[in-house]
Amino acid sequence: MILPALLPLILQQQDGEGGFFFPPVASDLAIASDSLFFTILYLSGFFFAIIVFTTLYFVWKYHHTKCPEPQPSPVHNNTIEIIWTVVPTILLAWIFFEGFEGFMARKTPPPDAYEIHAQGRKWSWNFTYPDGTESSVLHLPLGKAVRVNLASSDVLHSLFVPAFRVKMDVVPGRYEQLWFTPTMLGEFDVYCAEYCGTNHSAMTTTAVVHSQEDFDAWLSEAGDFMTKLSPIEAGERVFASKGCAACHSVAGVAGIGPALNGRFGQERKLSDGSSVTFDANYVRESLLDPAAKIADGFQPIMPTFQGQLDDDKMRVLVEYIKSLQ
Amino acid sequence: MTLDHKRLGLMYLWSIIAMMFLGGAFVMLIRAELFSPGEDFVSADTFNQLFTLHGAIMVFLVIIPSIPAALGNFVLPLMLGAKDVAFPKLNRMSYHLYVIGAILFVASMLATGLDTGWTFYAPYSTSDSPAHRAILYAVFGAFVLGFSSIFTGLNFLVTIHKMRPPGMTWFKMPLFLWAIYATSIIQILATPVVGITLLLVAVERMLEIGIFNPALGGDPVLFQHMFWFYSHPAVYIMLLPAMGVMSELMSTYSRKSIFGYRYIALSSVAIAVVSFVVWGHHMYVSGQSVLVSVLFSAITFFVAVPSAVKVFNWIATLYKGSIRLTSSMIYGLGIIWLFGIGGLTGLWLAALETDIHLHDTYFVVSHFHFVMVGSAIMAFLGGIHHWWPKFYGTMLNEKVSLWGAGLLFVGFNLTFLPQFIAGTQGMPRRYFDYAERFEGYNQISTVGAFLMGFSILLIVINFLRAIRSGKPAPANPWGAVTLEWNTAPIPDPHNFDDAPVVGDPYDLSIFKWDEAEGGYVPTRPVPGLPYIALPNADSTESQH
Repeated sequence: MILPALLPLILQQQDGEGGFFFPPVASDLAIASDSLFFTILYLSGFFFAIIVFTTLYFVWKYHHTKCPEPQPSPVHNNTIEIIWTVVPTILLAWIFFEGFEGFMARKTPPPDAYEIHAQGRKWSWNFTYPDGTESSVLHLPLGKAVRVNLASSDVLHSLFVPAFRVKMDVVPGRYEQLWFTPTMLGEFDVYCAEYCGTNHSAMTTTAVVHSQEDFDAWLSEAGDFMTKLSPIEAGERVFASKGCAACHSVAGVAGIGPALNGRFGQERKLSDGSSVTFDANYVRESLLDPAAKIADGFQPIMPTFQGQLDDDKMRVLVEYIKSLQ
Repeated sequence: MTLDHKRLGLMYLWSIIAMMFLGGAFVMLIRAELFSPGEDFVSADTFNQLFTLHGAIMVFLVIIPSIPAALGNFVLPLMLGAKDVAFPKLNRMSYHLYVIGAILFVASMLATGLDTGWTFYAPYSTSDSPAHRAILYAVFGAFVLGFSSIFTGLNFLVTIHKMRPPGMTWFKMPLFLWAIYATSIIQILATPVVGITLLLVAVERMLEIGIFNPALGGDPVLFQHMFWFYSHPAVYIMLLPAMGVMSELMSTYSRKSIFGYRYIALSSVAIAVVSFVVWGHHMYVSGQSVLVSVLFSAITFFVAVPSAVKVFNWIATLYKGSIRLTSSMIYGLGIIWLFGIGGLTGLWLAALETDIHLHDTYFVVSHFHFVMVGSAIMAFLGGIHHWWPKFYGTMLNEKVSLWGAGLLFVGFNLTFLPQFIAGTQGMPRRYFDYAERFEGYNQISTVGAFLMGFSILLIVINFLRAIRSGKPAPANPWGAVTLEWNTAPIPDPHNFDDAPVVGDPYDLSIFKWDEAEGGYVPTRPVPGLPYIALPNADSTESQH
């Protein structure tokens, strides 16, 4: 009784909040790709039902208790064999073509798409907007085609937003891209889908879809935080947008990297046995040449921020770290 | 130190079962950790090592050698009416290389905490960390294993070409032999490529020549191309023998000639050939060119056709038969469904548009487990139950066998069906921690995995008990007509006293179930049939 009532819910393509199979449907590509998904579901469900039904029926009908002897029947039949070769071939060719069309649409972004640069690194994302604003959260305007250019600082990553049904590997040494048009306001999960080491499953962030006005407001506020905020608050922004928190706690818990609170001005023991004063120069050196001085008990795995942080940003970062207790 | 293919086959069998327990133990820890989000039993690093070990052991040490090396070694020469394989010493060497490679491979992974996943993707695997510096030892282990696989393939190929008995033309060969033949071709042609890839990883590491590592000027996508050039055909190294076993089971237990013999035979070879040119379907989102992705997608759909037709042929074999639901047949029927799901879910992954969302999610994990476990491992177990009487001259406890098969089937579906939904909902694979909304799927999955673990334990205990105290087996308990059943209950070291006479391998009307005898009896005098299937008769009396 319950199952027939549930079946339409399971088998019908859902929009909005998604359904049994899918998370929210939040981009134009999601609608198209779900539609092909459900078409294949109906087709293969039909054939699977035939397979299950015929095997069960044959096992029941020709069970040895009913049929102690096999009955004469042909061992091959050209007509049948041609039919069940040709029909699946045609259906498969059609599915291929549908998938091909959708794929080509995904590979040809409109020339006027809004461009965002995404940098993947172990184990955080950083998004840069056309005016140079940076964010660790992916802010997007509703209803506007967005092209995300992808680059990696270290190993393979893959930018995956289930609600948009988009995914693309982030390959070191080259640029990749993906594009889509967000069609729904809200916050959606962003994952790394290509295995990248220890904190692979923590390399997540959020995509926030705003209305165009809210997006513009966010962008202008985020864009000039360096001038508007106090150095400590600005430093906190930089710390967040560069994804430092993925490895460095500010609450005293050692993670992939050492915790940073209450360390400023103190002596730090290094892995080669020497020690160094944790001061502004040490912070600066660690950002530009992370492998130079490794804190005792940690691996030399921090990526360099050479070229990604100007002097102003490094200055406010130092102020922020200094302020951490 | 035996040269007997039957002893070597059994040595493979138990080595592979031991490795299956090892790989299975690792996955139990994985599933326990994934029962709820957050860190529960193991750390993220340990988790990453566990799934690397699980995948590498199950692929390289269990599924790839399972049917060809264990069942193939035991059954292939018997089916050919031969005394042994063409090169018995090479065969023994294959086994020794398997053992050496396995020890090297597992020991180096355990000792260094290798955490790259079984796919060893560059540049993560070639980066300069302690675990990855030691990847060379694991690579060397895999290299040695590759030679074991190549030698076995070579041996079987020559044996099938040169040692068929008079009268056994290509189209009178049992379909299991066709499947092993096609598999051997892939083993010989594809395995060297993984060897070359692994050597290149070593060269890059030692000489700092940029091949795969972009920091040295290499291309990480090239690694994926070379890796999948082997590893996709390897899927068919795992699957084709399973299809061969299926054909034997379907025919024997419905007491009917296999439907569409030639189609099944030739489709094995067709699949083997086409399997070489579909590897790029693993890489739609890797950054390979759009044109290449489109071509690979088209060819991938093409390879689906012969697989689908094989399923139709097996079902047609049931038609108008006299079906006995023995444990082997339960495995066989289960495989029709599970391979059906495994194959059909492949359509979403082959289609370019839908694959983008599903790639690297649990949908893929579930899809390949339906093919690798639901089809390949199930066929391995079904084959063991089918040929067991020849292994040790004893019968398995059928009741326990049925329970084992049934529980495994239920546990398998419980484990992997929810993973399809976790995947479409967007849960990426190789995740140590996950969002709350995926918890339900993972909990069902974990319960299912433990049920699978229990049923495998039950199945193997059943094996061990049958060795110690199983009922003596008749020479031909299933009334099958392929030549391996025309030997003593425990085949002599030289297999056959006289050159066997070859007939139609699927003419099951030769034998008929006799209720009074409780076994299969010949319906007509057949030349060269020394062993008559009488369960109660002393095997020596039934000779000649």
